[in-house]
Amino acid sequence: MSETLGRRSFIKNAALGLSASALPMTLVELAFAKPEDSFTFAYISDSHIQHIKGTQFVRNWDRGLIRAVAETNLLTPRPDFTMFGGDLAQMGSKPELDHGAEMLSKLRGKVYHVMGEHDYYLDLGEYWSKLFGPQYYSFNHKGVHFIVLNSILTYDDWTFNRWPSAEQRMVEMSGLDNPNGSPFMVGDKQRAWLAKDLAKVKKDTPIVVFSHSPLQKIYKGWNFWTEDAEQVQALLAPFDKVTVFYGHVHQIQYNQIGNIAFTSAMATAWPWPYPQSYAQAQQLLPKLTVQMNRADPFFERDATGWQFIDINSGRADVSFSLYNNTARRIVFDPKSGQPQDTAYQAADQRIAPQTHY
Amino acid sequence: MKFPRAICVLMLSVGFVSGAVADEFSQADLERWQAQFDGVVKEGRGLWTSGNLGKNGVACGQCHPNAANTHPETYPKFQKQLGKVANLWEMVNWCLRNPLEGEPLAADDPKMTALLSYIMFERRGVKLEPGKH
Repeated sequence: MSETLGRRSFIKNAALGLSASALPMTLVELAFAKPEDSFTFAYISDSHIQHIKGTQFVRNWDRGLIRAVAETNLLTPRPDFTMFGGDLAQMGSKPELDHGAEMLSKLRGKVYHVMGEHDYYLDLGEYWSKLFGPQYYSFNHKGVHFIVLNSILTYDDWTFNRWPSAEQRMVEMSGLDNPNGSPFMVGDKQRAWLAKDLAKVKKDTPIVVFSHSPLQKIYKGWNFWTEDAEQVQALLAPFDKVTVFYGHVHQIQYNQIGNIAFTSAMATAWPWPYPQSYAQAQQLLPKLTVQMNRADPFFERDATGWQFIDINSGRADVSFSLYNNTARRIVFDPKSGQPQDTAYQAADQRIAPQTHY
Repeated sequence: MKFPRAICVLMLSVGFVSGAVADEFSQADLERWQAQFDGVVKEGRGLWTSGNLGKNGVACGQCHPNAANTHPETYPKFQKQLGKVANLWEMVNWCLRNPLEGEPLAADDPKMTALLSYIMFERRGVKLEPGKH
């Protein structure tokens, strides 16, 4: 816990102008990691900036993103970069993407972007790409190979033929529980690109993948799902150390499938119920996941937040910075070979608000 | 009192003539009543997913897909934030006022009935646990 507390207290103290009393993160970094193997980045996701009319936007969602940006800027040492995990906009419009981009422009340092379905289905990502660049790409950073996928594509017939207008297509995909929606997928073209991209990478190079939807199947009814998840996992299987980060689910999830560790991101906008809370659903939440606290609706920012991530020797240590709850920390445990919560993993350590029904 | 008595007499005579008895109903009645309920549930789903219920375009369904995390089976219950035992419709109004930045509905407003019908329908089959947190 010392790392989490160190950094959180730093954020708080810095905000109060008392930064001299805080320990910089690097002083408590994990001992097994060589300094050159370690770095940090911030991970913000699902801000759902929502246009009302004219210059008006939904205040609640704006506040979530503004807070994440402000807190990220207080991190010491500086994260090497910030990843934005998708769904910057609610209805994919220019005013929403522009307003979101303007808020994100206050982040210090490089920002990378993942495409979300709320950014995409109005103009199929055209304006988003003008602002933020390619929809899938890879880069290398301090010995780690990073891959960003656009995992929210779907069947061509749904995208191109089913709806009379782009606006209606966006409305239909924006409703999480809308039975007229369509399952997410990475698709043949991008998987071919991924195979080619990975062909250049040594098997012992740590790999970190970002997608918007989970690259695993949890609950199809809310698209906590990627249709070709197994095929993407198969491409990642030959590598020693693989970590997948995803947004979309607005809740804490983590899992281990073979060599692949999965961790989700909180939303800055609002939390979602765990699928098991829907009495009519069949769902497959990973057993490993200790759920986040049930949200208190009277605290506007409860069950929202953002993440900062340490990469140590190619494995991820994820700290969930929660606005109205105790911080959570999910760390890859080399002994068990899976990510684990540092405080709540054991069944007898869990607390009542983590029970969802 | 003359007029109501006249109505009573009229109703009795109609009942007598048609042969209807209070506790009997047909399959057709059941189907009609179910259709009435289903219609209100559908209306409730429409309101639940509409950006026009409040004033900022936010819909109930944005935070509560399939009305999940509303826990209708636990009401009435003590709501610590209100400092009293509250009904579900009071919580619906809390959401209308706050995240939706809109106006509350009367408890018997047909829109409230529709919203509650939809919430309950999505939670069907779950046992009642009033007071549970």
